[in-house]
Amino acid sequence: MPATLGGKLRVWRFLMARRAVQAGLLLLFFGSLHWGWNLFGRPLLVGNYSASEVLGLVPLADPFAVLQTVLTGYFPTTEVLVGAGLILLFYGVVGGRTWCAWVCPMNLVTDAAAWLRKRIKVRDLVNVTRNVRYGVLALTLVLSALAGVAAFEWVSPISMLHRELLFGAGIGWAAVLGVFLFDVLVLRDGWCGHLCPLGAFYAVLGERTAQVRVAFVDERCSRCGECVRVCPEPQVLNFKKAAEAGMVASGECINCGSCIPVCPEDALRFDWRHRIVAARRAGDPGLEKSQVPPQRRVA
Amino acid sequence: MSESTRRDFLVKAAQGTALAATGGLVWWFLLQNQARATPFAIRPPGAGTEAEFNALCIKCGLCLPACPYGTLKLAAAGESIPIGTPYFLPRDVPCYMCPDIPCKVACPTGALDPELTDIHQASMGLAVIDIESCLSWQGLRCEVCHRDCPVTNKAITVVHHPRKTSKHAVFVPLVHSEHCTGCGICEKVCPTDVPAIRIVQADLVQGKMGAHYRLGWTIDTPITQEFVPAQEAGPVRPGVDTTGAGVDYLND
Repeated sequence: MPATLGGKLRVWRFLMARRAVQAGLLLLFFGSLHWGWNLFGRPLLVGNYSASEVLGLVPLADPFAVLQTVLTGYFPTTEVLVGAGLILLFYGVVGGRTWCAWVCPMNLVTDAAAWLRKRIKVRDLVNVTRNVRYGVLALTLVLSALAGVAAFEWVSPISMLHRELLFGAGIGWAAVLGVFLFDVLVLRDGWCGHLCPLGAFYAVLGERTAQVRVAFVDERCSRCGECVRVCPEPQVLNFKKAAEAGMVASGECINCGSCIPVCPEDALRFDWRHRIVAARRAGDPGLEKSQVPPQRRVA
Repeated sequence: MSESTRRDFLVKAAQGTALAATGGLVWWFLLQNQARATPFAIRPPGAGTEAEFNALCIKCGLCLPACPYGTLKLAAAGESIPIGTPYFLPRDVPCYMCPDIPCKVACPTGALDPELTDIHQASMGLAVIDIESCLSWQGLRCEVCHRDCPVTNKAITVVHHPRKTSKHAVFVPLVHSEHCTGCGICEKVCPTDVPAIRIVQADLVQGKMGAHYRLGWTIDTPITQEFVPAQEAGPVRPGVDTTGAGVDYLND
């Protein structure tokens, strides 16, 4: 960690940007609902993360929630389908799990848990594969069809969190606290990295389409592993795969950008997938992108 | 594939299946309990059956700020009403039956039926009267529910009713289910300590007569009627002709 404030701010730049987006969206929801924030009499952003309306015109909806609703056998209206389509399009382009790091309010809770866990040095209580989430995802879809209600929406601690924040006064905080304690004491990145079916849904969505990716310059990387230590989904930083693709291609990458400022060799940066692919085709390793002169590999 | 890796694979698969099945069952049980437990929630206008509403409602809360009276609440976790869904308590704030139904307009999923255009066609619930605590039934000329009912003189009428052995009558409110929207203004204005008129989900209290009963004395019953057999006719002794005229002799 750099000693100067400027250096610290540089390291924290993506973290600060993420917090600004997360808090800003929450504030927009809260202000529109409780303080009547509007533009020419049109409320800025009403609803919540399940479904909302921008300026009383543009519908937005959680595509995973809408998918579950469709599976119940009761067909929703076009409005919510359009809203889900818009969100699907957005995260399809910027990378599905960008939702997880930049928007989802639960990220505030689980990041706090991860910070505390590091501080008090807790070891995992259980060893669970991160692929459990795809099982939970499949189960969500099956149960939605069987039980006739959107299965995850009825138990989702994410929804409980934002409903508590916006509409208030229930024991939904208990579920949020549960997620926090689970992440601190039971399993590192337990909720977001192992169980959450919404994250799994977005991981599947972003696998091939995501345009915003962390580009990787193999020629610079010394394999020091600083990036892996800060990454909440460390399995995505597979150096061999990243060297082949020139980027972190996995849909499980949440685009949080934590790895980028900690890299001492400046081997990582955000870039567009098509530019990375084109540069690799042209045989350009992308060295010109960084400001720091290339260093020799340590190992 | 060697014997041991095949065995490992099969064990892994079995473990995964067992975990999914157990977790799935617990989850399903939770859903069944939560989503089906309460028939008591009074829903905004345009809500269909509880099953339909619970399936379609995405719990976004868009209907709440749309309501100009602050009628609607979102069920919080731990309440006895399905989590995150809108409902209202008429005694606190009833539905004032806006003609443009803004809550329905705000609903993005169709959980509040977009086809509902006339608020008088809404069926949020049904007013029922506890005649033991209703002031009118005790002989007082209260009738506040009747006068404040927005479906004037249709959903609630005042009828006279004999007062025990006295030659005087009492005037009592009577709810007509075909006109009552369940808005709950009557429950709001009822002057008793605990309201003597309340909104409940209609199917909790409403019976069904059966089409075979013929009310020959009512004005709008046609004089010549088709014979509608009882849906659940009792056992008939063997040898008795049930198709002939004899069975319906009372009306011949």
